Amino acid sequence: MEKWTAQKVANYVIHKKQLFILDVRNQDAFADWKIDGENFEYMNIPYFDLLDGVEKLVPQLPKDKEILVVCAKEGSSVMVTEMLDEAGVKAGYLEGGMKAWSSYLEPLKVADLEKGGELYQFVRLGKGCLSYMVISEGEAAVIDAVRFADVFENFAKEKNAVIRYVFDTHLHADHISGGRLLAEKTGATYYLPPKDAEEVVFDYVPLEDATTVKIGQAKIDIQAIYSPGHTIGSTSFIIDEKYFLTGDILFIDSIGRPDLAGLAEDWVGDLRATLYNHYRQLSTDLYVLPAHFMIIEELNEDGTVGKRFGDLLAENHGLNIEDEEEFRKTVTDHLPPQPNAYTQIRHVNMGRLTPSADEQTEMEIGPNRCAVR
Amino acid sequence: MRTDHQLDVQGLACPMPIVKTKKTMNTMEVGETVEVIATDAGSKADLQAWAASTGHQYIGLVEEGSVLKHYLRKCNEAEEREKTFEQTVSLEEVQNISNDSIVLDVREEVEYAFGHIKGATSIPFGELFDNMEKLDKTKTYYVICRTGTRSDLACQQLAEHGFKHVYNVLPGMTAYTGELEKTI
Repeated sequence: MEKWTAQKVANYVIHKKQLFILDVRNQDAFADWKIDGENFEYMNIPYFDLLDGVEKLVPQLPKDKEILVVCAKEGSSVMVTEMLDEAGVKAGYLEGGMKAWSSYLEPLKVADLEKGGELYQFVRLGKGCLSYMVISEGEAAVIDAVRFADVFENFAKEKNAVIRYVFDTHLHADHISGGRLLAEKTGATYYLPPKDAEEVVFDYVPLEDATTVKIGQAKIDIQAIYSPGHTIGSTSFIIDEKYFLTGDILFIDSIGRPDLAGLAEDWVGDLRATLYNHYRQLSTDLYVLPAHFMIIEELNEDGTVGKRFGDLLAENHGLNIEDEEEFRKTVTDHLPPQPNAYTQIRHVNMGRLTPSADEQTEMEIGPNRCAVR
Repeated sequence: MRTDHQLDVQGLACPMPIVKTKKTMNTMEVGETVEVIATDAGSKADLQAWAASTGHQYIGLVEEGSVLKHYLRKCNEAEEREKTFEQTVSLEEVQNISNDSIVLDVREEVEYAFGHIKGATSIPFGELFDNMEKLDKTKTYYVICRTGTRSDLACQQLAEHGFKHVYNVLPGMTAYTGELEKTI
């Protein structure tokens, strides 16, 4: 009976390997979210339907594929894997279950910077969140850190870099930001867009349009561009004049939704202006790196998520709606369900709620839903 | 709240709350109730889904801080008895009854607590015999339970003891969509 780490599963996802997932959570939980892999096959049978034995299940399992049993936290998958083992079926279980999957971050190098340094993307496969770290000559900046601050802290240490700056492109509604905690732990300066931060109860440095910081003996610059729409404060970044961090405004195959603070009608005009006017003055050679991916097909061959801006201008439906009224309708009508506990999550990110680690996990359960396709 | 059985699974993680509930259920008689006291947040969705998949009745949940009190009742739909008491009324007719009539809810105390028709009197079927003396035989009784089976038996028992104006309400609380009164 093999114990699989989330890292091993991530490897299968990124390299598009085959895997048979036996998900033993209840049907609602499975319908809401699962481990996505392009070549994964799934079967969902709640563990409580297997308490009397796995005899009926065994003939339905593939013989030519690796089998991974998955549950919410691990306990039930261990039980089912043991039962399968006794019935002569080899299977593994996911250590820590979906809880571990939701928190796992895969750090991937996006690029070596021309003037020296590296840009990393941290792919949170289970939740679709993307965080970034720029490292140059012993200094680092982190953008849109998720709540596992220690992952970024340790990664910087490994690279012998000191985190100087921590940014959030906006006040997140779908996941809990690790920005403030990371800044506290490392002594870095924490920047937030002031228009998103009117209700926050902690100190931060205002992230204004054209704010620019430099790391690594002033060689790499990180430049902020005010780009409202998903939220009123949403800000994008251009790193080293080439990498375009679009936050939750522009994704690979979709665009941001303007309704998570309850102000869709007010913000739709901002979103339009950002995507159709402001962004279009930028070079089409910029490489777009968003704060989320929605579906696993958005991953590049190496597992990173990013694409040339010029390609997105041609291919992304959200950038190709000529009619303003149609655009308004697209981003305000028939929106997907809002992310789990999004109001609570916003309050956590404002510092007005301080839930325990377990409560944070509970709030973040399920997929992110920040986009409109 | 009074239940026939109690099960303490506090501190136990998934799958144990359901494994233990299943074991307890196996020792119970059909119709008996159990209170499962858990702390695993996953038990919220899972016990309900398990009950639905096994045909047992999930009555309700009371949350007291991080303590979760689940109430379930053992069912066996396959053994559903035929209803034989002839005087029946539909749920609709019970909505506007006169002051002289009584809606008698013969479900278990916990089932009643999680929602009953406003003003209904609660006497669980198992206690009806002992409480018969307290009831006024001249009044009209609309007897209701979850699906009409227990109320059917209750009606027969009342009729045998000289109650003349007794009606079984069909199909029962499972079909009731009106306002519910709760005592939890």
